[in-house]
Amino acid sequence: MRDLHKSYGNVHAVQGIDFEVVRGEVFGLLGPNGAGKTTTVEVLEGYRERTRGIVSVLGHDPGGRPRALRERVGIVLQSSGIYRHATPRELIAHWAGFYPAPRDVEEVIDLAGLRESEHVLARRLSGGQARRLDFALALVGDPELVFLDEPTTGFDPAARRAAWETIRALAELGKTVLLTTHYLDEAQALCDRVAIVKDGRILAVGAPAQLGVGASSRYRVSWRDEAGELATRETDDPTGLLHQLTSAALARGTGLEDLSVSRPSLEDVYLELTAEIDEEPTR
Amino acid sequence: MSAALALTWRQYRLERRMFWRNPSAAFFNFVLPLLFLALFGAIFAGSQEDLDVIVPGIAGMSIMTTTFVALAMNLVFLREQGVLKRLRGTPLPSGAYLAGLAAHAVTNTAIQLSIVVGAGALLFGVGLPEDWFMLAVFVAAGVASLASLGVALSHAIPNFDSAPAYVNAIFLPVIVLSGVFYDADAAPTFLRDIAQALPLTHLIDGLSAAMVTGASFADHLDDLAVLLIWGALGTVLAVRGFSWEARRG
Repeated sequence: MRDLHKSYGNVHAVQGIDFEVVRGEVFGLLGPNGAGKTTTVEVLEGYRERTRGIVSVLGHDPGGRPRALRERVGIVLQSSGIYRHATPRELIAHWAGFYPAPRDVEEVIDLAGLRESEHVLARRLSGGQARRLDFALALVGDPELVFLDEPTTGFDPAARRAAWETIRALAELGKTVLLTTHYLDEAQALCDRVAIVKDGRILAVGAPAQLGVGASSRYRVSWRDEAGELATRETDDPTGLLHQLTSAALARGTGLEDLSVSRPSLEDVYLELTAEIDEEPTR
Repeated sequence: MSAALALTWRQYRLERRMFWRNPSAAFFNFVLPLLFLALFGAIFAGSQEDLDVIVPGIAGMSIMTTTFVALAMNLVFLREQGVLKRLRGTPLPSGAYLAGLAAHAVTNTAIQLSIVVGAGALLFGVGLPEDWFMLAVFVAAGVASLASLGVALSHAIPNFDSAPAYVNAIFLPVIVLSGVFYDADAAPTFLRDIAQALPLTHLIDGLSAAMVTGASFADHLDDLAVLLIWGALGTVLAVRGFSWEARRG
């Protein structure tokens, strides 16, 4: 997708987003609420018309919602209900009928972790189970590309882990996954590459680890000093700093309590990048 | 084409299966008109003249509940829940989906009408319909116009909480004005003038002719014309305003 713009009246929700997702990768759009993630994904899914820009999904323009494209794509929306008076098994079997070469219903039930609730009416499913059903319905057509819009927002930790497992299983099946999230740990745990989005623009793109390396502060060393205070220093040369610290400690004949060396997490990069934008004068 | 038909059939079967699991839908669609038929049948027992009015009246009302009311309520609910948006993202053709939904509504209409016609013949001395062909034509025209108007109305309803208010604000005055419960010709002139503009009035006139009086089809072509005009208007509004997603904000 190149130079995507989307405006609602005078509100420019997306102003010039470019990125390319490689087949087979898990690509994340990471950003705070209102950054334009959902708008971007909904343009790719064919739900929204773009104001301008060039968009290609599996070689198709999603704007016209061609059926050939819909057959190859699975969509998990941020939130969407389902028929309340049908069971997961019935719904998965029904959805399978929409696609030319669906996956086996039994296999999808197991993959999504719905075996225990396959005969429960959808209205009685818990939030986590309903999300599993969302995954199952997006998967059953055996799509090449899966869109996941904030797949775990509002989940308890156990449900999140379960959803992550399902997303990893998708990646192992060789599916291309485009997900949006405002959770840094989620992006770090799942994505091969991440684009950090804010105010309808991309601030940075790269592998989560690379984004950390590329930041100005490279390594963070912290330890407890002679006064017992926790000291932290950021450095480009952790080896030199550690040598200084350890030799000083040895000379004193004391230990270095709570010594740790860490690379900045995606979170640090994210906060740094989004803060920079906030400091700019308003346009 | 056969693939689209197969998808329509699958959608239809799912709708049928879910319908009976939802007691409130089943109540609105089935029990309410039959309850009215039983009550008014009891009230008017002994007066064949009144029974001859109430049976086709309830038949017309049944068509309205199973198409107009059911579709307006259903679509608002499915739209607000996001079911329509989700379906929109699948390869299911919109036409196959809507055809399945319509076939489901028509099945309810057919079941309901059979009960009303049967009860009319067995319990209320109305006898079997005089003109089956005319009955079929009016039922088809009534279904087409009231179903399309129901879909059109669903666009005007902002959310599901307000759906019963919108639907009943139309449904209740219409069934009273259109002469479900009394002979519309006996009403005061200004009410009769309003009633003459409503599709249900003309549907009931046609049904009454086909089921009870045996008046000739040729005398009721104007009723059919009014129904078809409403149907055309409803179809245009239904298609133009159709929205797969709940409104924002």
